[in-house]
Amino acid sequence: MLHNLSVGELAARLRSRELSSVELTRHFLGRIERLNPALNALITLTADAALAGAAAADRRLKDGEQAPLLGIPLIHKDIFCTDGVRTSCGSRMLDNFVAPYDATVVARLKEAGAVMLGKANMDEFAMGSSNETSYYGPVKNPWNTAKVPGGSSGGSAAAMAARLASFTTGTDTGGSIRQPAALTGVTGVKPTYGRVSRYGMIAFASSLDQAGVFARTAADAATVLKAIAGFDPLDSTSVDEPVPDYPAMLDAPLKGLKIGLLQEFFDGLEPRNAALIHDSLKVYTSLGATTVEVSLPHLPLSVPTYYVVAPAECSSNLSRFDGVRFGYRCDQPKDLTDLYKRSRGEGFGPEVKRRIMTGTYVLSAGYFDAYYLKAQKVRRLITEDFRAAFQQVDLVVGPTTPTPAFDSGAKIDDPVTMYLNDIYTIGANLAGLPGLSLPCGFVDGLPMGLQLIGPHFSEGRLLNAAHLYQLATEWHMQAPRGYE
Amino acid sequence: MSLTRQDVEKIANLARLSITEQEMPVYVTSLSSIVDFVDELSRADVGSVEPMAHPLDGQRQRLRPDVVTATDHENYQRNAPSVQAGLYVVPRVIE
Repeated sequence: MLHNLSVGELAARLRSRELSSVELTRHFLGRIERLNPALNALITLTADAALAGAAAADRRLKDGEQAPLLGIPLIHKDIFCTDGVRTSCGSRMLDNFVAPYDATVVARLKEAGAVMLGKANMDEFAMGSSNETSYYGPVKNPWNTAKVPGGSSGGSAAAMAARLASFTTGTDTGGSIRQPAALTGVTGVKPTYGRVSRYGMIAFASSLDQAGVFARTAADAATVLKAIAGFDPLDSTSVDEPVPDYPAMLDAPLKGLKIGLLQEFFDGLEPRNAALIHDSLKVYTSLGATTVEVSLPHLPLSVPTYYVVAPAECSSNLSRFDGVRFGYRCDQPKDLTDLYKRSRGEGFGPEVKRRIMTGTYVLSAGYFDAYYLKAQKVRRLITEDFRAAFQQVDLVVGPTTPTPAFDSGAKIDDPVTMYLNDIYTIGANLAGLPGLSLPCGFVDGLPMGLQLIGPHFSEGRLLNAAHLYQLATEWHMQAPRGYE
Repeated sequence: MSLTRQDVEKIANLARLSITEQEMPVYVTSLSSIVDFVDELSRADVGSVEPMAHPLDGQRQRLRPDVVTATDHENYQRNAPSVQAGLYVVPRVIE
């Protein structure tokens, strides 16, 4: 079936004209109509624009154009501004917001000829690890709809797992691509900080946010990443580094690759989950890699560090939502202060308000040194730990999450327990490192993810290692029942 | 509880967030548990480590030229709750 084919296979069929982009787009629109109601993965469908975009792609294909994403359908996380299309960020605050321009990620994929089918549900302002904080209701996990899909890019991950598009986009501030990718059994890539432009991506924590990709395979992710990565003068933290030809790097042999096993990631890990990671390592050893144990002694402090730094930056970034220039405005404000307070109080959901208040507290007079400054210092220690590890090894591996997908509602009332879900993913964000999660097996019928983290700008090597693993295994080919 | 109701009221005011009577006890509890949790940082020995604000701090940060690039006001103001003559309308500030 078309929805199980890789981007590469679809592109070949489109180029040979044995398949048209309009047919492919209709196929996915049909799946969305049939399967999305049970998942709530998409919150905006742009069927007419998609069919028009597909027809335009077909004309380009007919003219002999050979771009790798030309005519390929995708879904964007609703955090990316899309010109003329509602961009809600999963919030009541932006329920009525129609973006007046395209994010760079959106513009680049448009230019590449990829066809947007719609916008994916997400945790409100990307704050959450279960996709239960969205104003538009929770997203369900296609493997078991009583379970969460992870978050914050839960809609993008669930849509990918349910085969509602050929690939989807996401963002990762503390694990928001890798964690949902793991919990839904898809491949998710969070690039190096600054590798992909943040322009037009609604800001949560600006020193941590990074855009990335969900795909069925690492090879597909490589194709998409190549299209979206690269310097953008519109983002002042975008890095001016040439973009390697990721697809051309996929088949490099792994002989001599040194893999570090992160000791801290195995402390207290349930034996069945740990066993899957050890099995994956056997695959790597059979491919010629060697493994050694490495330690990141400050890593256990990454979650508290993150929950100071991220809320501090969020409290500053979200101050722009004031009910004046765009977004929600309360009814009949009695004065300007009342307008600010009620627009924000009514427009933001509980988790967003909690993060804004946490951030306001850690930045307030008398607490700044003890929390914010201290967290920034610990952030450097964690980054130095990674730097030291990468002097011994080429990349480090561990589980993406401590457990497979948990029950809906299980952690939503206990923020600290929810925050601890990101224990294995946050370190890469604090240090700005690229990370990737790929399916590596099942526990109780639910997928688990293997996480690879590499030095800055090592995306090519991570995708290469993931691709060769996927050639040797079939975990990434498994589909949830009813979505095959 | 590491935070009192008064603390949370003060924080909410600084953040310009209205919090309802119903919500207040929930925030006092959850924000207290978060503050207790991040207090773990107080045990970290950071010595003379420099604070790190940016993950690629060897990277030179660019400044964009200070020029107006977005001039399509009408298009941008379509998202505003209230606009008159190209200006954003808010409740009267000066009586």
